[in-house]
Amino acid sequence: MFNNLPQNISTYGADIDGILYLIYAIVGFFFVTMEGYLVYAVVRYRRREGVRAVYQTGETWREMRWVVGLVAVVVFLDFLIDFRGADTWAKVKQDFPSGDVEILVKAKQFAWTFVYPGADGQFDTKDDLTVPRILHVPVHRKIRLTLTSEDVIHSFCLPEVRLKQDILPGRRTPAWFEVTRTGTFSLVCAELCGLGHTKMLGVLEVHDDSGYERWLAETAKEMFE
Amino acid sequence: MTNDPHGPQKFIWKYILSTDHKMIAKQYLLTGLVMALVGAFTAYLMRWQLGYPNTNAPGWGLVTPDKFNMLVTMHGTIMVFFVGMPLLVAALSNFVIPLQIGARDMAFPRLNMLSYWIFVLSCVALLASFFVPGGAPAGGWTGYPPLSASEQYTGVHWGMVLWITALALEFASFTMGGINYLATFMCLRVPGMTYFRVPMATWFLIGASLAFFFSVGPLIAGAVMLLLDNVAGTGFYIPAQGGEPLLWQHLFWFFGHPEVYVIFLPAVGCVLEILPVFSRKPIFGYRAIVWSMGAALALSYIVWAHHMFISGMNPRLATPFSITTILISVPFAVIIFCMLASLRQGSIRLDTPMLWGLGFLATFLIGGLTGIFLGSASADIYLHDTYFVVAHFHYTFFPSVFFGGFAGIYFWYPKLFGRRYNETLGKIHFWMTFIFFNATFWPIFRVGAGGMLRRIADPTQYRILDQFKEMNSMISVAAFILILGQVPFVWNFFWSMFRGPAADANPWRAGTLEWLAPSPPPHGNWGPGLPTVYVGPYEYSRPDMADDFVPQYRPVGVLGGPAGQA
Amino acid sequence: MDGAAHSDSAQMPTAHFTAKLAIWWLIGSEIMIFGGLIGSFILFRLARPQWAEMAHHLSVPIGSFNTLILLTSSYTMVRAFVSSGRRDRTATCWNLLVTALLGLTFLCVKGYEYAGKFSHGYYPNAGLFWAFYFTMTGLHALHVLIGIIAILILFVFGLRDRLWPIASRVEFTGLYWHFVDVVWIFLFPLLYLTS
Repeated sequence: MFNNLPQNISTYGADIDGILYLIYAIVGFFFVTMEGYLVYAVVRYRRREGVRAVYQTGETWREMRWVVGLVAVVVFLDFLIDFRGADTWAKVKQDFPSGDVEILVKAKQFAWTFVYPGADGQFDTKDDLTVPRILHVPVHRKIRLTLTSEDVIHSFCLPEVRLKQDILPGRRTPAWFEVTRTGTFSLVCAELCGLGHTKMLGVLEVHDDSGYERWLAETAKEMFE
Repeated sequence: MTNDPHGPQKFIWKYILSTDHKMIAKQYLLTGLVMALVGAFTAYLMRWQLGYPNTNAPGWGLVTPDKFNMLVTMHGTIMVFFVGMPLLVAALSNFVIPLQIGARDMAFPRLNMLSYWIFVLSCVALLASFFVPGGAPAGGWTGYPPLSASEQYTGVHWGMVLWITALALEFASFTMGGINYLATFMCLRVPGMTYFRVPMATWFLIGASLAFFFSVGPLIAGAVMLLLDNVAGTGFYIPAQGGEPLLWQHLFWFFGHPEVYVIFLPAVGCVLEILPVFSRKPIFGYRAIVWSMGAALALSYIVWAHHMFISGMNPRLATPFSITTILISVPFAVIIFCMLASLRQGSIRLDTPMLWGLGFLATFLIGGLTGIFLGSASADIYLHDTYFVVAHFHYTFFPSVFFGGFAGIYFWYPKLFGRRYNETLGKIHFWMTFIFFNATFWPIFRVGAGGMLRRIADPTQYRILDQFKEMNSMISVAAFILILGQVPFVWNFFWSMFRGPAADANPWRAGTLEWLAPSPPPHGNWGPGLPTVYVGPYEYSRPDMADDFVPQYRPVGVLGGPAGQA
Repeated sequence: MDGAAHSDSAQMPTAHFTAKLAIWWLIGSEIMIFGGLIGSFILFRLARPQWAEMAHHLSVPIGSFNTLILLTSSYTMVRAFVSSGRRDRTATCWNLLVTALLGLTFLCVKGYEYAGKFSHGYYPNAGLFWAFYFTMTGLHALHVLIGIIAILILFVFGLRDRLWPIASRVEFTGLYWHFVDVVWIFLFPLLYLTS
């Protein structure tokens, strides 16, 4: 089921994939045993001449005991999934590390714009860099995003980073990630946002440190000269 | 209004303005099947565009992005509200509840007729949206504002207004229906029909009505607000005017999760009804199943935010809702284990209804298990809004509406129309549907896990999706065959209605009350006197009886007790 | 067919009980609708203290007067129910008529209030507080209107002396009318008295 999972390029992606595979193993076990039993029962207990079904109502604890036992297993596995998942959730969505790079993401129908604070590290100053469509980030740095939308709900989705966050208009929604390799990756809108939803694409461009500095300098030069 | 139940009736009173619960059930059934055709057509167009992007779909033309958004919206709305609800809730409740509890009709027959015609009106309103300026609604079946709250975002005005109106009418219709089913169930059970002798189908239909009844109110309020946002310039959901988009999501999903059970529970009820009859065994754990259903209903009201993990709501809410969500697996595990146990040491006959029932079990299991991925907040970060979700809810809705629904239709067909359907065609229909349903939706899990997002009009847009081109075409072909696989049913349904061999009162040798009435039951169902109930609904293969079943209306005692004892 | 036959009515609830149960289910569903609306309003209101200023524009005397009108109408509705139980046609008709007229008075006062708000430019699209105000009171007024129509129908039946076969409907309509009353008892302080 997960053979086509896109490559993972983020620090927390492995945790999320780990949860996926943990659940996969658990539900896979139940899938095989229960479908297996279903087929077995239908074959084994097909109607035969002279064989009468056994009258069994399942109203006593004695008859119900194996159902109760299996349900206890289910409860145990449920909590296993929840507790493993809660840690990962907190890591990705709750405990935001202080960012090495801060970027403001502006979404609107149907385009992405990224704002970098520029040399002074402050937003809303003259040296802010505004870049359309392509999100440039350095590798191995914690990226803090502030997500905003001008019109409807969009969803900021980086499949390879395993990050997805809806953007509510009128609010500033935080997100973060850290990428472990350089290259060019996908950035898409994951929430139906209107006519051009499909074409609301961007690019995640991951540089090494020097490449990122070079890109910043070049962009600043282009913008202000 | 004609009040003579036995005299000859004019066409209009008998077929159009009927107050007979069986005729109204047939009306809902036919309306639902017609809407299913429309829903299937929208599915065909979307699958064409996804399988063969930007080529002309035969019989329609190019599916442009604006049309695609409309199709996505209409497909979801039609299949959930205008196929699932009428087939499983309305048609089955109307037909099965009065017959199984021994009533002569619904508690309020004229209200029942009114419910149906309001439902027809809502169907008309929804379908009319295809033909108004601007076209059909395009906000997704969940209609998230601000997108759905203003024409400037969707480009659709009248379509959205009609969409909200159609939903409001439908909710009114099913609220009235729900009052009727609940009152009938509580007040019109025949003597001896105690709550724990009520057959499973009736219990689960009542569960569905309860789920609907207590969840839909807030959404009606929400729909009023959305309508006003669209037509009166208010800004309940528009942040620029001080509104709050998340409010709609909370109201919608507070309804949305119970709504899943509104459609799912009747299907489970049908299957629970069919399993004992075709394995000649009592249902295993009757009480445990009824209590589990109650527990699942109660839980369904406190899980709604699992649809909203990444919506931007407070992230600290995710873990509590993950826990409640995943706990729902407990009551459903009980129900499924009991279903499997009901097969054990049985004497299983694989007639068409049983095939559909087992098909439901086999496929719904996949839907339920994959739900665990999505109920886990951290796994949902990646899987949310991908085709994995699409596959998951098709593995829950499709088995419910179609496997469960067809199980019920084939099972009660002799009672509905007084004739037998063609068994061979029924089995061909089953295998076509079973094979191509899985061939369609199983690969969609893989495509979704591969990163393909929902509701995109062109799957060639994203580079990571290039690998799925062929798979998407294959899925589309399988989907087309799945749709064609319904032709045997349509033929069987209508041909057998007029030409099928006559059915006797109890063709399956089943023990519940509906099989006491003649096939089809006359107006008033029972002749001069009502039946009395003496035993539970599933007394099959009792060791103290020579016959392999004891109908509920036969005056014998419980096993081991004196005759006639409760 | 080997079931023993029973007469239709043995051990089964009466039609009156069934109908009353249905009315309670109806009220249950209405509670969920108004509950959704009022709950949404309360959540918004808590987060927006500045709405107190807008609530100031609502006239407490007029609102109180309307509350009094509705409460009185509930009383006359009870009188109608009691009179119908005594088969007192004149008193039943009079009380039904007075209840309907009080309901109409409520709507007229509401209309007067609406007109006043419109003249100051407070339309439903003039901000979220006004959107909630008009939606909540409008939905409530719609319920009042439906109640008035139901009561007037009963009144006409009474005038023609055809009320007794359906006398239990006075009770059911009364239940509904009291519910509509109770909704106003929630709306009035939430909207008018939070300034």
